[in-house]
Amino acid sequence: MPEDLPQTFPRLLLHQAKVRPDRPAVREKDLGIWQVWTWAQALEEVRWLACGLAAQGFKRGDRLAVVGDNRPRLYWAMMAAQALGGIPVPLYQDAVAAELAFVLQDADVGFAVAEDQEQVDKLLENLTQCPQLKLIYYDDPRGLRHYAQGELTSLDALQALGREYAREHPEFLAAEIEKGRANDIAVILYTSGTTGHPKGVAQTHAALIQTARVLVAFDGFTEKDEVLCYLPMAWVGDFLYSYAQSFVAGFCLNCPESPETVMTDLREIGPTYYFGPPRVYEAILTQVMIRIEDAGWLKRRLFHAAMAHAKRVGMSILEGRAGVSLGDRLLYRLGGLLVYEPLKNVLGLSRIRVAYTGGEAIGPDLFDFYRSIGVNLKQLYGMTETCVSVSMHASGEVKLETVGKPMPGVEVRIADSGEVLVRSPGVMREYHKRPDATREAIDTEGFFHTGDAGYFDGEGHLKIIDRAKDVGRLAGGALFAPKYLENKLKFFPYIKEAVCFGHGRDEVCAFVNIDMAAIGNWAERRNIAYSGYADLAAQPAVCELVRECVEKVNRDLAGDAALRESQIRRFLILHKELDADDGELTRTRKVRRRHIAEKYASLVDALYSGKPSCFVETQMRFEDGRVGTVSADLRILDAKIYAPEARKAA
Amino acid sequence: MSEGRRIGGPLLEVEDVSLAFGGVVALQGVSFDVREHEVRAIIGPNGAGKSSMLNVINGVYHPQRGTVVFKGRRRRRVDPHEAAKQGIARTFQNIALFRGMSVLDNLMTGRNLKMKRNVLEQALYLGPARREELEHREKVEAVIDFLEIQHVRRTPVGRLPYGMQKRVELGRALAAEPELLLLDEPMAGMNVEEKQDMSRFILDVNDQMGTTIVLIEHDMSVVMDLSDRVVVLDYGRKIADGTPDEVRRDRRVIDAYLGVAH
Repeated sequence: MPEDLPQTFPRLLLHQAKVRPDRPAVREKDLGIWQVWTWAQALEEVRWLACGLAAQGFKRGDRLAVVGDNRPRLYWAMMAAQALGGIPVPLYQDAVAAELAFVLQDADVGFAVAEDQEQVDKLLENLTQCPQLKLIYYDDPRGLRHYAQGELTSLDALQALGREYAREHPEFLAAEIEKGRANDIAVILYTSGTTGHPKGVAQTHAALIQTARVLVAFDGFTEKDEVLCYLPMAWVGDFLYSYAQSFVAGFCLNCPESPETVMTDLREIGPTYYFGPPRVYEAILTQVMIRIEDAGWLKRRLFHAAMAHAKRVGMSILEGRAGVSLGDRLLYRLGGLLVYEPLKNVLGLSRIRVAYTGGEAIGPDLFDFYRSIGVNLKQLYGMTETCVSVSMHASGEVKLETVGKPMPGVEVRIADSGEVLVRSPGVMREYHKRPDATREAIDTEGFFHTGDAGYFDGEGHLKIIDRAKDVGRLAGGALFAPKYLENKLKFFPYIKEAVCFGHGRDEVCAFVNIDMAAIGNWAERRNIAYSGYADLAAQPAVCELVRECVEKVNRDLAGDAALRESQIRRFLILHKELDADDGELTRTRKVRRRHIAEKYASLVDALYSGKPSCFVETQMRFEDGRVGTVSADLRILDAKIYAPEARKAA
Repeated sequence: MSEGRRIGGPLLEVEDVSLAFGGVVALQGVSFDVREHEVRAIIGPNGAGKSSMLNVINGVYHPQRGTVVFKGRRRRRVDPHEAAKQGIARTFQNIALFRGMSVLDNLMTGRNLKMKRNVLEQALYLGPARREELEHREKVEAVIDFLEIQHVRRTPVGRLPYGMQKRVELGRALAAEPELLLLDEPMAGMNVEEKQDMSRFILDVNDQMGTTIVLIEHDMSVVMDLSDRVVVLDYGRKIADGTPDEVRRDRRVIDAYLGVAH
């Protein structure tokens, strides 16, 4: 990378304003019209904000909290803070006041920019606990007319102040930007943290910009790309994929009119580049399916026929693989004309060149759906501490099971424990004010310990299987990743929950919860009568259905050298649904494997002793708080185990 | 848009109004006033004459006796069209929107009286008509923003849930930029959350646009929270008038609501 390229965000802004002053930098839909700011105008907006902040006493190293939906002035406020050598701290807009208090104190926030009355209220509530918070600015004045607090000023007023300051000190901003260094902290991003308090990840300009440059080169982004900013500003995904990349590549950020209008805005903008966690893609697909089921007979038939064809050949065509017949290609073209293209248009995906997903495992049906209609959906892997970008699918090298090869400049090492270790320019400087946690996370060689377990497959693709602390070993020494197996089972619509056992044992066994809605519907269509969950779960036909699912998972595992031993030998369908009220799930619906193993110890023993059935009696708590017992004689079911070459036959 | 809220002199005075439909007496010698920028509630049991009172104010009914003075102009007979022109807008107890039209188009109808171009010019979308349409659209967009209904802008009203339709109806009235806004049971049939939203919008309209509001409402807690002064009707007569606190303590009001035998 040439040394003379700008190495801080404010310098990148100056660069863009010089190179492409008249290209759009930011759009926002307001009063029904997309308003545009060019790079030159964006620089002026930032100048007034920065000068205003300086006039109000903002100094180098000061922290500026930013809280609200994605609004142009909130992005510019972050830039203004950086221009003055300060550090923006974006906060989650849906956090309650008490959650904000910790971060405001931890990051020593003295200045804050809030989007609207709702966010202002939360900040004001924290004033007594956070005495260092002196000034709060707001973007949208609605409802704030009667607020008399001295801490409050509108961004309009701040910018007016800044304009005056800029007139008196015309060289001020340029001089401040000149003082910025690549190794200064550019932002503190707080990780949600499943346990304990969130930790502030301090990232430097150099780390973010370096990472963004690699990403821009990787997928060839230019000033002509468009992205819709709808992810929380406090998330590293938005900071990197919207903010950082836009300043590097010079493309335009589009801010939606409101969180409820994202789908409409998506369609109007037609982004060329899109990033979202799997649940966003799932929500879009669900909406499509609901609307298709409501459509007329002809449309419905057409849709299903076209999708079946897409599923058969669409992915091969997208990836340019050989072996698709001319007839199939023509049929796919026709499908495109009648179904895929109109569908993508409605979803706002017509112009998509690249779409990413990450953060959690994505189901095969979901992944295949988008790819089969020609959306180049790819997976990536990373976390806040590594500026995301550890690994990513390259176009044409997409494999559902993996998260792609390590990015250029990223070293990935697998520890003996199976934990994934990462060393790259994007690894964070430190956890803010937490030297202990920093030492724990980054070893002396500079490798960041991700806490995830994974391995490389034969083609050099990284495969993430579980949290490292949950991964065990079978008695034979093979890797055992329960969550990976459970997720594979849960991707079947018929299976709602699964719990796998195997650590320290010879083979893997599983508990399964059926999905009452999906299997109930399936049973009704087959005229199978049942009285309730336990009865349905005990139906021989249902057992066979679940057995098929388990065996499909086994067949898949057989083809995987590292996990071949983890095929599920025996399983049973539980007589009751796992429930948070009974302590079997966490409130966020994650299975509490250890607790379940203790509670149902007799069932686990039965699975491993090879008995044909097992009697069980369990207490359960009803929704009104009463406690009752359910008992059942559960069948223990065997599943077929596949040899490695079985995959080809399947 | 933000004129602020200073309660001024009387904007509307109702003087000794009586209204009967054949032998049925709906209103009997009712007098009260509405001051500029205030929120005035009309309450009363079923059949007390509340909706009739609103209909008299905006000219749907013509009282047999008494007068209505609006902005200092005394009038005996006025038709709804005239009332709307003078700056009175209203919503209805049973939603009265064009169900097949989008939210946006429904709100545009609220601007109807302010459109100066004739049908031909509008149909051809000539220069002046086009400019005019854009101006009106801008006003309507401000209302859409105010009521936070951007996400349903293009949705046909008939597909919206009930609470949202009520909000659109308020929007249609606001699009006319009224000085006096008549709301006929704006929260009827809503759940608690929708009621809270609607209450906030009513207060915001009053506070930020300075619009004077007369509202009919059944939910007593809503009335007490929202209004500056309350008129209580029972069997077509005014039985009380004052601040929410005064009215709440009034013996006759308590009797009327608890149903003491007359």
